[in-house]
Amino acid sequence: MPNTEIYNLRVNGKNHEVRDAWVGESLLYVLRERLGLPGSKGACEQGECGSCTVIMDGQAVCSCLVMAATAIDAEIKTIEGLTPDGELTEVQDAFITEGGVQCGFCTPGLVVAIEHLLDNNQSPTEIEIKEAISGNICRCTGYGRIFEAVQTAVATRRAAR
Amino acid sequence: MTVAIPQTLREALAFSSANPNAQIIQGGTDLMVEINFNHRKPTDVIALRRVEEIRNYAYTADKSKVIVGAGLPYQKMEHGEIAELFPALAQAARTVGSPQIRAAGSIGGNLGTCSPAGDALPVLSALNAEVNLRTETGSRDISVHDFMIGVKRNDRKPGELIISVTLPIIQGWQGYAKVGVRNAMVISVASCCLVVDRKLGAISVALGAVGPTIIRCRETEQWLATQIDLKSISAVAPNLLKEFGERIANESKPIDDHRSTAAYRRHAVATLSRRLLVRANTK
Repeated sequence: MPNTEIYNLRVNGKNHEVRDAWVGESLLYVLRERLGLPGSKGACEQGECGSCTVIMDGQAVCSCLVMAATAIDAEIKTIEGLTPDGELTEVQDAFITEGGVQCGFCTPGLVVAIEHLLDNNQSPTEIEIKEAISGNICRCTGYGRIFEAVQTAVATRRAAR
Repeated sequence: MTVAIPQTLREALAFSSANPNAQIIQGGTDLMVEINFNHRKPTDVIALRRVEEIRNYAYTADKSKVIVGAGLPYQKMEHGEIAELFPALAQAARTVGSPQIRAAGSIGGNLGTCSPAGDALPVLSALNAEVNLRTETGSRDISVHDFMIGVKRNDRKPGELIISVTLPIIQGWQGYAKVGVRNAMVISVASCCLVVDRKLGAISVALGAVGPTIIRCRETEQWLATQIDLKSISAVAPNLLKEFGERIANESKPIDDHRSTAAYRRHAVATLSRRLLVRANTK
């Protein structure tokens, strides 16, 4: 069996070396505790809340359910990698203007899930939006303003085309 | 601890033969929960996510069956050809977790974990699926009924990998229904798959989450075949429908646990099975 005590992860277009880590650690743990990328949040650690959502090889996945050492050949994108430092995506901007953020804990996961939706579907229906974020739990907003933020982001993206 | 990431099935089988007790990880949606909560600490892991040969599907030579790779993500069964051939499988796939979970989870993982609440398992049972397992030197096919032994117990031997399931294409109707505490992101409280083979005039009903493993309601299946003509679509009389649900409930073996009570589960499978039978007999 290959030695995976030291392994490389490709996150947000950069190679990162993971050293001295137990290889059973989840991708979420490695991102936050070893690579200094705390944007992805850890809440349930069982795939039910979606706050750890990242894009792996083009799919939105729960990073808490990925064994980091098995992702050595994957292209991983986290909330930190959606735009260059200091800039906001249309989705993040829409969350601010529509008031889609209260405590903010679920927001990174929701933003990644919605970015993933809009990258694959330029004008989602209400059902498609609900479906796309059905795995992201928000306990503050009641989702109304989050849906409005998605509609605003869709409109902004459309205008930019 | 070591992690092997084979790129081909051959490599995967070599790893599993060399280390027969290694923990297999497919999508990780079950195993990582156990690891995150310190319920399990594997020493050696074989990750199958790069083995493309088990992440697709193919028809058998005579086109009567489809071989579904153990690693095909549920996401790929929700729409397209698989969904058209096996609507019940598409419906079950659609109820698995969330889009994030369906991008990772697979039939191989469901069979490997063998939880009675595994969403695809009642469908495999109702369709009489055959499971293919391989080692570096051998291959065997086993009926899914014999493969699933009990709560999180299956017939996989050390060193074997679950490769695929073979599903017969059936002329008729099939559907899946499930009860959980809410609409999305939920583990089954009770589930049911019903398949009507119009050509043979036969029905099969399988229940999930109401016994130590998936339950096939063979007595009710045989009884119903004597009551109505399953070769054609005909409305089921209300008294017959009532008795059908009662008989299904009697074949279930539910328990009280943190998700529900035995009494509710018995009620739920009666209702779900009646509902599916009505759908099967509605044009």
